[in-house]
Amino acid sequence: MGMAEAILLTIATAATPLLLAAIGELVVERSGVLNLGVEGMMLMGAVVAFGVALATGSAWIGVVAGALAGMAFSLLFGVLALTLVTNQVATGLALTLLGIGLSGMIGVAFVGQPGVKLEAISIPGLTELPLVGRLLFGQDPMFYISILLTAGVMWFLFRTRAGLTLRSVGDSHSSAHALGIKVIAIRYMAVMFGGACAGLAGAQLSLVYTTQWIENMTAGRGWIALALVVFASWRPWRVLAGAYLFGAITIAQLHIQATNLADLAGLPGPLYWLAGAVKSVPSQFLSALPYLATVVVLVLISRNRRLTMMNTPASLGRPFVPDR
Amino acid sequence: MRGLTKVFGTLRACDGVDLDIARGEIHALLGENGAGKSTLVKMLFGSLEPNAGEIRWNGEAVRIGSPSEARRLGIGMVFQHFSLFEALTAAENIALSLDARTPISTIAAKAQALSYSYGLPLDPYALVGDLSVGERQRIEIIRCLLQTPQLIILDEPTSVLTPQEADKLFETLERLRSEGKSILYISHRLEEVKRMCDRATVLRHGKVVGHCDPRQETASSLARMMVGSEVHAVVRTADTTGSADVLLRVDRLSRPPATPFSIPLRDVSLEVRAGEVIGIAGVAGNGQGEFFEAISGEVLQDRADAVTIRGKGAGREGITGRRRMGAAFVPEERLGHGAAPAMKLSENLLLSRHATDPGVYVGALGVIRHAAIAATAKRINQMMDVRKSAEDPAANALSGGNLQKFIIGRELDRQPAVMVVNQPTWGVDAGAAARIRQSLIELARSGSAVLVISQDLDELFEISDRIAVMHNGELSTPMSRAEATFEKVGLLMGGAEPGHVHHHDPAEVA
Repeated sequence: MGMAEAILLTIATAATPLLLAAIGELVVERSGVLNLGVEGMMLMGAVVAFGVALATGSAWIGVVAGALAGMAFSLLFGVLALTLVTNQVATGLALTLLGIGLSGMIGVAFVGQPGVKLEAISIPGLTELPLVGRLLFGQDPMFYISILLTAGVMWFLFRTRAGLTLRSVGDSHSSAHALGIKVIAIRYMAVMFGGACAGLAGAQLSLVYTTQWIENMTAGRGWIALALVVFASWRPWRVLAGAYLFGAITIAQLHIQATNLADLAGLPGPLYWLAGAVKSVPSQFLSALPYLATVVVLVLISRNRRLTMMNTPASLGRPFVPDR
Repeated sequence: MRGLTKVFGTLRACDGVDLDIARGEIHALLGENGAGKSTLVKMLFGSLEPNAGEIRWNGEAVRIGSPSEARRLGIGMVFQHFSLFEALTAAENIALSLDARTPISTIAAKAQALSYSYGLPLDPYALVGDLSVGERQRIEIIRCLLQTPQLIILDEPTSVLTPQEADKLFETLERLRSEGKSILYISHRLEEVKRMCDRATVLRHGKVVGHCDPRQETASSLARMMVGSEVHAVVRTADTTGSADVLLRVDRLSRPPATPFSIPLRDVSLEVRAGEVIGIAGVAGNGQGEFFEAISGEVLQDRADAVTIRGKGAGREGITGRRRMGAAFVPEERLGHGAAPAMKLSENLLLSRHATDPGVYVGALGVIRHAAIAATAKRINQMMDVRKSAEDPAANALSGGNLQKFIIGRELDRQPAVMVVNQPTWGVDAGAAARIRQSLIELARSGSAVLVISQDLDELFEISDRIAVMHNGELSTPMSRAEATFEKVGLLMGGAEPGHVHHHDPAEVA
């Protein structure tokens, strides 16, 4: 396996949890609900997936359990924000805080334990192909799930009647209600889909990315996923691009941090000097770079205000109470 | 419908209402704002559930639990506040209320064919947010017709149309009647009801006060049934201004659009002289709101001389600055904009007057002078005949008409040299509306400049000395009352209709 191939594979692994969480949140926000609890739902997914995989010995059962945990946790948000009409921002924040605490508590026993790894797939004859074999046919299942989900969400939102209904609820819930569309029911389904996606993202972290449970292991990825959705102007393919950009810079800065300047002594003068300059940047800044760069790039591509505002669900975050 | 009743809290919005609609008739439902018309049709369309009474459809008692059940029975509705989705196309909007199995391309083709056959041309792939109000109403009508209803409910359909667009609508309705469809036509415009409707039912305070044949009645007899008492006609004394001083000048005012679906202002210029009332007509959403925000100082201008109040440049002043220069502003929304809803009238008075009348309401060390405020509030309530349930109620406890009287009175009490009002009598009962209009004329005659923005042409013709029309962010040259006719103003309101103008070239936004 070549160096470039290895790097591309790690990029995909770093991008996948973001993509999963963000694509779920995109559907939630397209229905007009702002759920800031992504980080909490991811953590719940991660800890439950890890624990169940450990207990059953099957990573797959862990994945399913992680998705279900995220969905159940999002249902809590749904009951509070949709049925009891609490403030969505406050409820989402509470969900994140609860998720951090609860997952830490559940996971005390798991700290330091070796987990179960969700193995990469292997198709005889295809996986061994040079260059593209591992990239296309030899990655872990979560990678394929994330890509399929993104394509599925694109198709659903813009090609199906159900997707049109969901977008209409996000655009104007009172108009939708006047037409007899069940606003709250649709929002519940969207919120639960978002929860399941966040749970999957968490499962990817604890079963593929690290294969262990570390308290607060999402490290702000839930927030980046939220930012991705906004800066991607609620469009799935932009979320995909943003997630991979984040993944690429994460891996690049890891490589920079890991490289020893002495190993590069053979480089030509200017390149060596450049490497030295990069290495002199504090490591904390390099660690922050993926977050920073993703936001900057997405801000730049969402400069067209009209396009952005047109894609913004007009009812986003506004509570809906039918007048009966 | 028999004995239909709906209670909101202690308010009986509809109280034992009986209504019969025959096949192939246009039936008018008349009533003032708040008489219960909208509540009644919402029950008929399944958006609200009646507390008592029954609905019989083709002789059988039915329970209409949701709009989709109403549609299945054959009841269609064109809403007053459109129930459209701005970010979706016309075809997508129509598809949302139709059978889920029909593909959108089929719906688009059907909608287009139907729209042309009724003379209501429609581009199914246009984004609703880019369309004019008249075009949006077409979508609603086409959407309704595609469901092949037997009864079509239209809620105040002409309130957002130009006179010419309204004529077009009447033709469509007459054609529908000739096809044997029934129409329930809700309006408070008596002339069009007299012109078109076969029968009328009049509602007042949630009760039916009479059934009649509108063609046998006069406009004033219908008005008396609606209001319950004589409405005093507004008296407009002759305008004697001639070459009086210009108190408000707007000079080449431009403003980029604030949201993707709002209108930019383009080179708007206007002069309002002491002693005159200028009316600005226009179909909703043609930049009137943006214009008001720019004049009132909610949005500042780059040039100080873009807006001049009493000879001084005010373009860079905020609202309080402009008020101090002698201007007064009454915005369109009463609650939340014109007044703080949950605060008492006296507190609302203090909020807007403490800065303009320094030392009167707030004494040394910032202590509020309650006695002075109470005296002024009393003066305003007497002057404008504000009817309220308590001595000093919260703003949202007043009816729309009474709150509007209070807000207008609050500004009039300062004797402003310049008064700018947006939709002065929107949603206000006839008695209060007459009072407000009369007070605006009197203010002008006492030497102030008054600018009124309104969608109600009758109102503008009643009070204005000159009328200008705002269309697509541009303002026409004001016409004197003598040369202005409904037809001329209507044509200007329609601009380049029937095709709509694309307001949003990408280059313009960038």
